[in-house]
Amino acid sequence: MTTTTDLESYEDALASYDPVMGLEVHVELGTKTKMFCGCSTELGQDANTQTCPTCLGLPGALPVVNAIGIESAIKIGLALNCEIAEWCRFARKNYFYPDMPKNFQTSQYDEPIAFNGYLDVQLEDGETFRVEIERAHMEEDTGKSTHVGGATGRIHGASHSLLDYNRAGIPLIEIVTKPIEGAGARAPEVARAYVRELREVIRALGVSEARMEMGQMRCDVNLSLRPNGTEKFGTRSETKNVNSLRSVERAARFEIQRHAAVLNSGGTIIQETRHFHEDTGSTTSGRVKEEAEDYRYFPEPDLVPVAPSREWVEEIRAALPEMPLARRTRLLADWGISATDMQAILNAGALDPIVATIDAGADAASARKWWMGELARSANESGTSLDELAITPEQVARVTALVNSGDLNDKLARQVIEGVLAGEGTPDEVVDKRGLKVVSDDSALGTAVDEAIAGNPGIADKIRGGKVAAAGALVGAVMKATRGQADAARVKELILQKLGVSEG
Amino acid sequence: MPGITREEVAHLARLARLELKPEELEHFAGQLDDIIGAVARVSEVADQDVPPTSHPLPLTNVMRADEVRPSLTPEQALSGAPAQEQQRFKVPQILGED
Amino acid sequence: MTDNVNIIKLTAAETAAKISAGELTAVQVTEAHLARIEAVDEKVHAFLHVDREGALAQARAVDEKRERGEKLGPLAGVPLALKDIFTTEGIPTTVGSKILEGWIPPYDATLTKRLKAADVVILGKTNMDEFAMGSSTENSAFGPTGNPWDLTRIPGGSGGGSSAALASFQAALAIGTDTGGSIRQPAAVTGTVGVKPTYGAVSRYGMVAFSSSLDQGGPCARTVLDAALLHEVIAGHDPLDSTSIDAPVPPVVEAARNGSVEGMRVGVVKQFRGEGYQAGVIQRFDESVALLKELGAEIVELDCPSFDLALSAYYLIAPSECSSNLARFDGLRYGLRTGDDGSHSAEEVTSITREAGFGPEVKRRIMLGTYALSSGYYDAYYGSAQKVRTLITRDFEKAFEQVDVIVSPTTPTTAFPIGERADDPMAMYLADLCTIPTNLAGNAAMSLPCGLAPEDNLPVGLQIIAPALKDDRLYKVGAAVEAAFVEKWGHPLLEEAPSL
Ligand SMILES: [Mg+2]
Ligand SMILES: [Zn+2]
Repeated sequence: MTTTTDLESYEDALASYDPVMGLEVHVELGTKTKMFCGCSTELGQDANTQTCPTCLGLPGALPVVNAIGIESAIKIGLALNCEIAEWCRFARKNYFYPDMPKNFQTSQYDEPIAFNGYLDVQLEDGETFRVEIERAHMEEDTGKSTHVGGATGRIHGASHSLLDYNRAGIPLIEIVTKPIEGAGARAPEVARAYVRELREVIRALGVSEARMEMGQMRCDVNLSLRPNGTEKFGTRSETKNVNSLRSVERAARFEIQRHAAVLNSGGTIIQETRHFHEDTGSTTSGRVKEEAEDYRYFPEPDLVPVAPSREWVEEIRAALPEMPLARRTRLLADWGISATDMQAILNAGALDPIVATIDAGADAASARKWWMGELARSANESGTSLDELAITPEQVARVTALVNSGDLNDKLARQVIEGVLAGEGTPDEVVDKRGLKVVSDDSALGTAVDEAIAGNPGIADKIRGGKVAAAGALVGAVMKATRGQADAARVKELILQKLGVSEG
Repeated sequence: MPGITREEVAHLARLARLELKPEELEHFAGQLDDIIGAVARVSEVADQDVPPTSHPLPLTNVMRADEVRPSLTPEQALSGAPAQEQQRFKVPQILGED
Repeated sequence: MTDNVNIIKLTAAETAAKISAGELTAVQVTEAHLARIEAVDEKVHAFLHVDREGALAQARAVDEKRERGEKLGPLAGVPLALKDIFTTEGIPTTVGSKILEGWIPPYDATLTKRLKAADVVILGKTNMDEFAMGSSTENSAFGPTGNPWDLTRIPGGSGGGSSAALASFQAALAIGTDTGGSIRQPAAVTGTVGVKPTYGAVSRYGMVAFSSSLDQGGPCARTVLDAALLHEVIAGHDPLDSTSIDAPVPPVVEAARNGSVEGMRVGVVKQFRGEGYQAGVIQRFDESVALLKELGAEIVELDCPSFDLALSAYYLIAPSECSSNLARFDGLRYGLRTGDDGSHSAEEVTSITREAGFGPEVKRRIMLGTYALSSGYYDAYYGSAQKVRTLITRDFEKAFEQVDVIVSPTTPTTAFPIGERADDPMAMYLADLCTIPTNLAGNAAMSLPCGLAPEDNLPVGLQIIAPALKDDRLYKVGAAVEAAFVEKWGHPLLEEAPSL
């Protein structure tokens, strides 16, 4: 099934057209139980072990709202600078689909719990872009279908499908932006930055781990083009379930190029659902429906309205953690680093470990140095993320303390970290086991210094003659002889002293 | 009130997932027309400034604590399944994702 | 020893008292009813499923409890007929539909649990209009039920199986559900008592939904006191039903034991008479009003203009909700599946299954509701119907500022012959003319017998309506009226029913 799609070059597309985006993100909440029943939400369990009459849609069963689901929705709404509804309801979205047991989704329609907000996101160069939020509403997830008999589990050519309803009913928050205008050529970057910022916010709130690779956060990218200088939106395409940050950017870019090609060739864009393909970075048209969907929304009669008291909302607001962008801005100033440095830290996923290391007593510069240097390299080599490394921020802080006290130098510290990562124990244990201590004891060093002077008479003479800078070569010789364990500063002092030269 | 056509009935039947027979389409077109004609009187109040009542109870904020309760066993969950395989509900080929 | 005939004629209160006193065993009582079912239900067809073994096991447990000296509940050992709309773990639940034929629920409805906890003996599941849609029980996929007063006539609906079981002495108690009158209209046409409690009083968890904002389970019995005793067992807050009232159950039993209308203001709504009402029904109703006056009530004329729109609003709201509630019957997870021959997709199998599994009235209402909710029509139909609902609620509120209860005929006519209205949905819908406003507003109502219509010698029902949460008033007034009638007639009305 290879169909080639005509694409305009990105630059030419932007020369003629202005992209307008709408992003719809679904976040699976990290509640213990489902939105409307007490079934566990734990991932990775055997099929259909986490279902009950309610989430299986058995005749007679009824929903009851999860209080933490509501609270999480309010938290997200507040974090996105939204108004929180004084009174809102659930609605039924009626459509048939085998992975949806009731054949309607309990969702919210014209009365979302949160609306009218914004999220400021930061682009690679540090520039801030404001994305307006239309609404955030509560709904439930569907079950999972496996297609059997076709190629690689795809729906086409399958002989039958198997349904597991463990996921059915897990709480979702759907966050919908207003049309994102004015991003121009940076639209794909804005899309990516928005989804990333949203993910950081969700994590900071502690309402979900928002792991896109686990499907805990999924993004639909709606995109249209309009000729530059015009107001009216063009027809949009809806690219569903784009499930990584990189894919969000690629999908937006691809659609800009595809739309431009269609428009430039005199064609018209049809409003349709499209699927994104990770392997090729392209989108293809979804199934064409004979008739327009008519969801026949109406207020869910099995649930009563949600009317969060203002006191409750203010309580939740007061307890909100610092938002990620504000935190980054503060840290950037505190540490005196550039936006680019901060971006690098974010891209490496090092922000939280660095902050934790500082909290454990390290100075900011050392904490940054280790996480962005040695540890980033190590994670990179083993293909893991920083938080998966076998070292804690407390342990990194301990290493910096040993360096600052002079017990370790950088070279030894690297060996200590290597030992901790290799599972040899705590930093102190590694120091002990490997015998990694800076030698600053004069009697132990004296012999090595004497040997170095005796072995390099020419250099010694130069130093005696006033060329203090030449002492570096003798220090190097001592360090080599002591396998790096000598305190380099003390070695230099001893050399100068023995040769009767003062540093001043 | 415009009459309900056979095509409209066919459209409704597709939305409602009912594979109606041709004679049923005809029959329902007539009956729905009669019923809608009779109940359309409610639109007399459409312009009145009256709030809608979707529910007879004035309750709000009925919620449950986020505490796990026992689920059905998979055997119970699948006990009514017309077909099953690998502890999952087995259904014919699904035509399209939504 | 009491023989079977005398056992089955006892009221529930009497039966429970005799079991408690050791004059009868629960097993004896259950066996007498099972024998009665065996003898007459072939003719009546009140039951879809009789759980002989389960009932006897429950009865034995009651007897053992008594032997151990444990205190028995007020209805312990009394046999009950359960409408086949409540889930029963391990016992088929069909809702009168082919689409659920053979389905055995893995869970008990809250109401089922409460009955079991109260040691009420569940004899089996009773016939009903498919998904509770109908007023005659002719819409059951499993054949109609006959009215014990005249087996060629309807026993009312949708709970015709429950009312017929009571009227033919196959059970002392029964459970019904009332979305537009499905407890009260069957009670009226069979000469029994039925109560639709305040919306939210009885849990809907495990009650297969027809129209969620209107459905309400309730007690059916042969006397007002029996209904009250059953009411107390099944009502009360249920955390599994978000629409359940979290407040104490009104003192219904106490009210039923202390019937009186002395000094009460009783309303008569002008909209509840006129065209379509049978002369004999109006005659018995007028006599009831005169009786209430004699008993010390003050009669107040009421005008509730929006009631004229109630039927129309109901036939938009109920089908709309049902079109969504019944979407889950898709042949994929439980119940009927047809057309799965390897050539059809899941989507097609769903459509084929629903076509084969639903009867004409259910399809009609699904189509009607799909229409009323579809884009472009929502505001004119569903939206307007919701406004009518507000107006009806306001009419009730105004009325209850002037009166304590309202009375009306329960249904405009007596039991009509089976088949008479089968092809005329609009005529069928008229049976619920007087009962529907209460469902829309969510308040409480009762039907009890007030005599036989002179022209056909069939029972006429008197409806009593109380404000929401004041269910006890129904019993207070009902008990007074019942006592006065029984005294006047010299016996309960059912004594006049032909023996089967
Ligand atoms: Mg959604
Ligand atoms: Zn569940």
